[in-house]
Amino acid sequence: MSGTAPAVEITGLTKRFGPTRALEGINLSVQPAELFGLVGPDGGGKTTLFRILTTLMVPDAGTATVLGLDVVRDLWGLREQIGYMPGRFSLYGDLSVEENLTFFASVFGTTIEEGYATIAPIYQQIERFKNRRAAALSGGMKQKLALSCALVHRPKILFLDEPTTGVDAVSRREFWELLGELKASGLTIVVSTPYMDEAARCDRVALLQAGRILALDAPAAIGHLFPRPLYAVRSRQRMPLLRALRGFPHTASALPFGDTVHYSDARSEASPETVVAELGNALRSAGIDDATVRPIPAGIEDVFIELMGDAPGAKEAA
Amino acid sequence: MSAPSRRARSALRAFMVKEVRHLLRDRQTLAILLLLPLAQVVLFGYAVRTDINSVRLAIVDPAPDDATRALRSRFTQNGRFDLVAMPPRVEALDQLFRSGAADVGVVFQPGLAAGLRDGTASQIQVVADAADPNSGTTMLNYASAVISGWQAERASPAAVRVNASVRMRFNPSLESVNLFVPGLIALILTLVTTMMTALSLSREKERGTFEVLLVSPLHPWQIIVGKVLPYLVLAFVNAATVLLAAWLVFGVPFVGSVTLLLAASALFALVGLALGVLIAAVTSSQLAAMLAALAGTMLPNVMLSGMIFPITSMPRPLQLVTNIVPARWFITICRGIMLKGAGIAALWQELLILAVMFLILMAVAIRKSSVRLT
Amino acid sequence: MTAPAAEGPAIAVRDLTRRFGTFVAVDRITFEVAKGEVFGFLGANGAGKTTAIKMLIGLLAPSDGEAHVAGFDVRREPEQVRRRIGYMSQRFSLYEDLTVRENIALYGGIYGLSNDEIRSRGNQLLADLRFEQQADDLVGSLPLGWKQKLAFSVAMLHRPAVVFLDEPTGGVDPITRRQFWELIYGAAARGTTVFVTTHYLDEAEYCDRVSIMVDGRIAALGTPDALKAEFATDSLDDIFVRLARNSAAEATA
Repeated sequence: MSGTAPAVEITGLTKRFGPTRALEGINLSVQPAELFGLVGPDGGGKTTLFRILTTLMVPDAGTATVLGLDVVRDLWGLREQIGYMPGRFSLYGDLSVEENLTFFASVFGTTIEEGYATIAPIYQQIERFKNRRAAALSGGMKQKLALSCALVHRPKILFLDEPTTGVDAVSRREFWELLGELKASGLTIVVSTPYMDEAARCDRVALLQAGRILALDAPAAIGHLFPRPLYAVRSRQRMPLLRALRGFPHTASALPFGDTVHYSDARSEASPETVVAELGNALRSAGIDDATVRPIPAGIEDVFIELMGDAPGAKEAA
Repeated sequence: MSAPSRRARSALRAFMVKEVRHLLRDRQTLAILLLLPLAQVVLFGYAVRTDINSVRLAIVDPAPDDATRALRSRFTQNGRFDLVAMPPRVEALDQLFRSGAADVGVVFQPGLAAGLRDGTASQIQVVADAADPNSGTTMLNYASAVISGWQAERASPAAVRVNASVRMRFNPSLESVNLFVPGLIALILTLVTTMMTALSLSREKERGTFEVLLVSPLHPWQIIVGKVLPYLVLAFVNAATVLLAAWLVFGVPFVGSVTLLLAASALFALVGLALGVLIAAVTSSQLAAMLAALAGTMLPNVMLSGMIFPITSMPRPLQLVTNIVPARWFITICRGIMLKGAGIAALWQELLILAVMFLILMAVAIRKSSVRLT
Repeated sequence: MTAPAAEGPAIAVRDLTRRFGTFVAVDRITFEVAKGEVFGFLGANGAGKTTAIKMLIGLLAPSDGEAHVAGFDVRREPEQVRRRIGYMSQRFSLYEDLTVRENIALYGGIYGLSNDEIRSRGNQLLADLRFEQQADDLVGSLPLGWKQKLAFSVAMLHRPAVVFLDEPTGGVDPITRRQFWELIYGAAARGTTVFVTTHYLDEAEYCDRVSIMVDGRIAALGTPDALKAEFATDSLDDIFVRLARNSAAEATA
């Protein structure tokens, strides 16, 4: 939407820790009420980026503004409007659910009552455990509590650093449904995640590796970055299939994706029919008769693996 | 601006409430913090006593006669007593006590033998110079037993009145509960203030919660003050407990103003708190904080504060070092108030030194507590 | 080396139960894992997975029932069990302030390997992972994915019969996850039984068989294909959500 100032604007952001380059000339912007995802390998710079945007660290070069305020100069003005969930569990284990929430509310000069409307969709899921110690909650419940604590002062933007790591699939789904509701109410959310299916739920996703942005676009559009046609190959003999595909002369990549293998062909001029036929023959002669091969659109994970440049069997990441 | 000050007040209160909850729920630490002072007072009080098996005896016998010689030999033959001096006059006894050469003095009046023959009342004075009332009483009992034993063996049942009294030892080179109590208070205050705040602050840093606190509108000093206040209260309670125990159980004298003593304790506690904050700001883990607190405060407080080893008998360079040990000044203040009844007029310099230490340490601590992570 | 156990399933569990007061964390679970199998042990947080694993590796005594790992009873012969298993989790991993080589030496020593064995197996490990350059780096300085791969390899150093992996790829990027699973396949091909828990349901597809725990019981057990046929869906994620959402634990977590 033109005319609306971005919620986050980053230009040429650089941060180094001694010889390590955590961030190297990052440019990106996040629109208001956008659900923006950050993915990338550990050590790629995601946490450093969060820390700079939440005024916890100062960049070495470049500028960043959040809600129109400079993260270095206007840190006190910003801190009242930011909600933050850092990577580790950021709760007091020996305090109860309600005591944690009360504490964080007071720190921000508000009360649970004042913030209740905002946190209600989340808090109501754990409210009946309000006297239970935080340490005794399951992983999913802890994350919901941490989210409530980050929201209770009604921030205008939320920064979540891997909020669903180590949480089971059901709780993750519920958590992301909540994020969807928050976004619908106008909250801007910047979230990092190691799960590609969660990245696919964002409005836009950025891949951060070694301090640089390798790709930034809507999930659907990112697939277009995959440079070759992609096929899904399935067979009951999983290991033999993978081995056979890796041995095929025209293979550019063959990667397991659950119960299928994503295969991409090195030849740019081969038609889908040709590939399907050739693969079928090659697999049959390798003793695999039940293989199915069909073309598929590339997804985020395919693109990211390609961009990170490190399929299994190749060199280690630099 | 009402919003920030409202926030500051509510945040401070929230922090205090949170820290108190942490304290109360950490049952083990709580037990240690509350019981340790009592345990220490009791242990030190009862454990520290002179060796009563060898009581050094001084006898004043201005006019020796059969009776006094007989009684004297009773004492010297008794394994418990060790005759160290026979000063000619009572006044000399005082000097012997002061110099720590004698524990008990027996003073005979002239004409004891004659009085016994006549049946007139006679007096023998026994004085014990003791580290604490208990040992004093014990020594007196020994002496009385010797005298009664001698009396019982004599034919005549003439009354001999034994005047017994205990005087409090006033020798600073020997350990005594009176001198120990200030040192004990200093140790306990240091434990609760420096160690606990250093641990509490660095534990917060090790958790993920610290980042969230930093990102909040709170200034670092607000975080510090809010976390530290409950420990000030706890330190106070501990100090009062120790004083109460010392007074009730051991009869430690309290010559001066209790208010002044409590105020001085509060001041010393503040110095300890500032040190704890500083340690947490410059160390990177709970373990490092605890070790720094132990090595940097507890140890000097025991060794260099005059609590056990008198400063005057330390080599000169060490004496200079003791000037920067806060406990040294606090102990001086305490002893002055408790034993000599000194007031502000006499102690203002020491109090000022503590106040200055607090201000400097606090300023440095706050400077080092960053608004950000790096 | 420790004497090989008798032939039979690598893991045999019958009516295994664990109570904490009145709360039943693990409720009479029964299953077997064959030698060389890659077995996925799934379940929501709080379903009893961690408690079950702790019993299997001898950290927790069962309240009832029995379990045999590598041929030995976990209750009566825990020492024998521990010598034949490897364990890797997010929490129990390598020492961050020791180097890669030092960690190898440490764990090799703990499991009674000779110096020669430590050296030769250590070098092999470093070569396989292409870690030779990093051999003298502190583990704490490695990125997460490398730590996890290294931890797995170290857990395998003493050639255990069964290796237990507790969410080994948590938070790790897609490439490293696949590299990790290639390591797992390599170990399984050499006869090691792999018992793994994970929150990534696509990884569940890589397993030979999978079990899903709900409320302390096993609610589903079988090959991924068989389960998909049974629940008439082509997504394990779907099955998981269906089972977990019905759990009573969700109501009282």
